[in-house]
Amino acid sequence: MDYAINEMEQEVLNTTRELAQKKLKPLRAEMDAKETFSKEMYEEYRKSGMFGLWLPEEYGGLGGGITCLAMAFEELSRACAGLALTPGTSALGAIPMFLAATKEQREKWCPDLASGKKLWAFALTEPEAGSDATALKTTALKDGDFYVVNGTKHFISTGKEADFYTVAVNTNPARGPRGISLLVIEKGTPGFSFGKKEEKMGIRSNPTYELIFENVRVPKENLLGSEGRGLLYLQETLDYSRPGVAAQAVGIAQGALDTTIPYLRTRKQFGQPIITFQALGHKVAELAAKTEAGRAMVYNLTHRMDTEFLPAVKNALANGTPVHDELKKLKGERWTKYSAEAKLFCSNVAMEVADECVTLCGGIAYMRDFPLEKYMRDAKITQIYEGTTHIQKNEILTALIKEYAAKGDEE
Amino acid sequence: MHIVACVKQTPKSDNVKIDPATGCLIRSGTESAMNPFDEFALEEAVTLKEQVGGKVSVITMGPPQAEAVLRDSIARGADEVFQLGDRAFAGSDTWSTSYALSKGIEKINSLSHVDLIICGKQTNDSDTGHIGPQISAWLNIPNAAFVKKVVRVNEKSMVVERLTEDGSEVVELTYPCVLSVVKEINKPRVRSVKGRLLAKRAPVTVWTADDVAADKTMLGINNCPTRVVKSFVPKREVNATVVEGANGKEKAAKLVELLKENKYI
Repeated sequence: MDYAINEMEQEVLNTTRELAQKKLKPLRAEMDAKETFSKEMYEEYRKSGMFGLWLPEEYGGLGGGITCLAMAFEELSRACAGLALTPGTSALGAIPMFLAATKEQREKWCPDLASGKKLWAFALTEPEAGSDATALKTTALKDGDFYVVNGTKHFISTGKEADFYTVAVNTNPARGPRGISLLVIEKGTPGFSFGKKEEKMGIRSNPTYELIFENVRVPKENLLGSEGRGLLYLQETLDYSRPGVAAQAVGIAQGALDTTIPYLRTRKQFGQPIITFQALGHKVAELAAKTEAGRAMVYNLTHRMDTEFLPAVKNALANGTPVHDELKKLKGERWTKYSAEAKLFCSNVAMEVADECVTLCGGIAYMRDFPLEKYMRDAKITQIYEGTTHIQKNEILTALIKEYAAKGDEE
Repeated sequence: MHIVACVKQTPKSDNVKIDPATGCLIRSGTESAMNPFDEFALEEAVTLKEQVGGKVSVITMGPPQAEAVLRDSIARGADEVFQLGDRAFAGSDTWSTSYALSKGIEKINSLSHVDLIICGKQTNDSDTGHIGPQISAWLNIPNAAFVKKVVRVNEKSMVVERLTEDGSEVVELTYPCVLSVVKEINKPRVRSVKGRLLAKRAPVTVWTADDVAADKTMLGINNCPTRVVKSFVPKREVNATVVEGANGKEKAAKLVELLKENKYI
């Protein structure tokens, strides 16, 4: 079912579906096999306006919200979850900037972000700080008008290709987690280099790199928000970005079904199309129902989010204030639990659907020539990045305990 | 740089049905779209605009429903669109059509100076490939047909590579000039979300023959020099005889008999 509730969202669906058919599908197998970034696809995304969907028109964006972003990510991932990450990770890298940035910072960075002239990436994970983000060791110590950054990030999506990296650093190691801050570091800054390129199971057309910072001098104007509030911005970012991963997971599940159902209808064994064997047909029905449940979960959430996000953005532009401050003024919902629930559910659905689809189609689906095994490899990442399945459960549980503690013990 | 792209609404080429009795295109009920070759013309215009700045205007001649192809042009990156819509234009051949378009382009030029005109190499419904070169003749400006690459854009001229029967040649044209382009020149983009939204609201300027100061004695089915006497698909005649036989030797013997019978040998 399409969840577009306005003309803009419908056109996002129309555009991304056309992109998927005309541009992504002819390219996906080759880029997956070569494990390389597609500059050609980057250019196509730029021309069709995929980088500014969620950004205000004042900066050259479309003026859509979290729903537009999620819808695009679903439809693109339905064709290729790897190539979909070019606009996907640019949004992820830029969301913390957009939330915490001052008016001046927004005006400096948003136009090139919206046009796609500059790509953004998000750098949180470190060799010893994965699920435990508070353990990060990259430091950024103040030296006059600069921060001097030292440390290593790894598993960074769209690494090397991105121009700007939103990097989680510790500006006051003595304060531990309360010293965590976010810095925007531009590629080409002396001392900032790229280490190992990872070889991956799935999403192979998106390059994953290690980032190395050796005495990198970053101007203090590149600090997002205030020092020590990094974890807060990170949580807010993940609240908005996890529905995106959930949407991607729904897209992967749908894409796997799109490949599987026509095959089951035409493949004959024992004298009949194998979809007419009830054991197989009923499995397909279950998978389709779960996929639809995931989709409902995602867009229910993003539409609710947009009722706060869009007014906050409007107010931030009118008042020249950070979006984060305007969100706080609106005293809206905390989305953490719902975002985690959507990601938990949808990523599990994606993995289950892709896995079962391979089983349903049988031998052919195990072959690289058939566009199905890739969905199974790509689906796995949705259970891992932006917080593993277990971390999502922690988020949900923490929120539930707080909720019930606040209610007291009454039934 | 102000670029004018010429487009035409034609039957959608991925689903054209032929009447088996008459061998003619079934036009009624078929979906219309932008002539596929014009997509390359418009894409090149928009790409050049992005590279050197300026604007893209699009002109079409056609009935009221041809407005759709102009809205589609907005979605593909055009800035302003113009329709030559008048009963007087109906049934025009390429001579009359190119005359009308050249008058329309003169009118656009009077509003804002035109540097470059780009057409697709031909349409998918009549296939003549006349329009681009004919427009340049009416306007008395340089023309390059079958352009596959824009090599360089200079201040007063441009260098393009055009396909010839036995290869290609590189030519330089001074502005204003006319190009007609082949599909090798680019890969048309997917229409942007913003473009699709703009397309629904953009104003379409409609001009009559009088608006563009076109001489009505040169327009329409009764005034154009071309007379369509008959439209038909050439009959393909096959008069083959299949020689049957148990093996090659037997078939060869029968074939020789047949050739002798018909006095070929």
